[in-house]
Amino acid sequence: MSQQTVQLGWSREQMAQRCAQDIKDGSYVNLGIGIPEKVAQYVPAGREVIYHTENGLLGMGTEPSAEELDPDLINAGKKPVTAIDGAAYFHHGDSFAMIRGKHIDICVLGAMQVSEQGDLANWSTGAPDAIPAVGGAMDLVAGVKTIYIITQHTTKTGAAKILPECTFPLTGQGVVNRIYSDLAVIDVTEKGLVLIELAPNISFDYVQQKTGVSLINALKQE
Amino acid sequence: MIDKRVTSCAAAVAKIKDGDTVMIGGFGEAGSPIELIHALIDHGAKNLTVVNNNTGSGRVGLAALIENGQVAKMICSYPRTANSTVFPELYHAGKIELELVPQGTLAERIRAGGAGVPAFYTPTSVGTPLAAGKESRTFEEQEYVMERAIKADFALIQAKQADRYGNLTFNKTARNFAPIMAMAATHTLVQTNEMVELGEIDPENVITPGIFVNQIVEVSNPLQESTLVKEGVVYP
Repeated sequence: MSQQTVQLGWSREQMAQRCAQDIKDGSYVNLGIGIPEKVAQYVPAGREVIYHTENGLLGMGTEPSAEELDPDLINAGKKPVTAIDGAAYFHHGDSFAMIRGKHIDICVLGAMQVSEQGDLANWSTGAPDAIPAVGGAMDLVAGVKTIYIITQHTTKTGAAKILPECTFPLTGQGVVNRIYSDLAVIDVTEKGLVLIELAPNISFDYVQQKTGVSLINALKQE
Repeated sequence: MIDKRVTSCAAAVAKIKDGDTVMIGGFGEAGSPIELIHALIDHGAKNLTVVNNNTGSGRVGLAALIENGQVAKMICSYPRTANSTVFPELYHAGKIELELVPQGTLAERIRAGGAGVPAFYTPTSVGTPLAAGKESRTFEEQEYVMERAIKADFALIQAKQADRYGNLTFNKTARNFAPIMAMAATHTLVQTNEMVELGEIDPENVITPGIFVNQIVEVSNPLQESTLVKEGVVYP
């Protein structure tokens, strides 16, 4: 970064990097398609984390080399992956028993909208001409113990994505625990949404302006 | 003597009838029994209800079966994938029905179908449009939605190894829906990369016990869907 540049907020990579700090040693983790996938590369050294992919693998490794590539070894996004030493394969019934049965510790997903109560909408805009496709998102939010969301704070047109109520069809009700946006880290609590961390050179007031609901500022000096 | 081997994919699919429900294994191309699907296209049974996680890609395999007008209804979790154009066109034209099911609910409905459980309660989809119109019930202060089991007339699956009793092993994540589909179908048809002698699969390593399998055909070098799609191949 040049000295003239003033960084405003977090990049997509930095959002993944920030989220990765909260993945504890020994966790079983499911990463959604897209930015959440990047979290794996930023988990601090020394922590042993097992990645679950819902199409039947615990112990997902990195991208394969050309020699390692096997079209029968893919992740939920249908991209080729590898299996680590100590990995296990299983069928879809068992895979979703792991999810629904609350055996997976953390799932990181993207979002279209999140509500004040932690409702999540991330599978459909409800447009009448769109072909609906849900995949495993509803099972993950219903069953995984902790749900982290990585998302831009607003839409491309600047509209708030964190709202009093989701206007898009829900993926799950009251399921989100923490939001990592390009502007801040926000916890969903019984008292409301609590801002616990600001991205570089971002003020609380600025985040509040871009959010559809009142935020509680945990950084405020009493 | 028990010998579930047949000599061709055509012989395996011969008894599939118009209107049947057919489960097809695979998650994308991993585990897709492409030779059996092509044999079903040649066979021509119509008005099928097909259960698969997706709707195929390109113009081969499952996508070709749909394009050939043999599928009246798809039951799946994710009908859109890269290189998937056949299903979207027919869906927009109102020529194919879609029952959208969350992936884990789809798996459990299939598993239940094979395990003699007609319905079950799940937390998945509570409060979403996919729970609309379904019975719900509260257990220990949490709401659950009732989902019905799915059974099928036929399941088409791919295995890595099979013996003549129908004991199966799979390759990596190509296993996906195959073991539960084998349980939920009246007739399970398997294409296997390799036929082996009885005893060659250690009983400790059998993934699908032969009781769930009806017919097996050896296809030692199966076509690879992504390669065919890249080459622009159209079946038939």
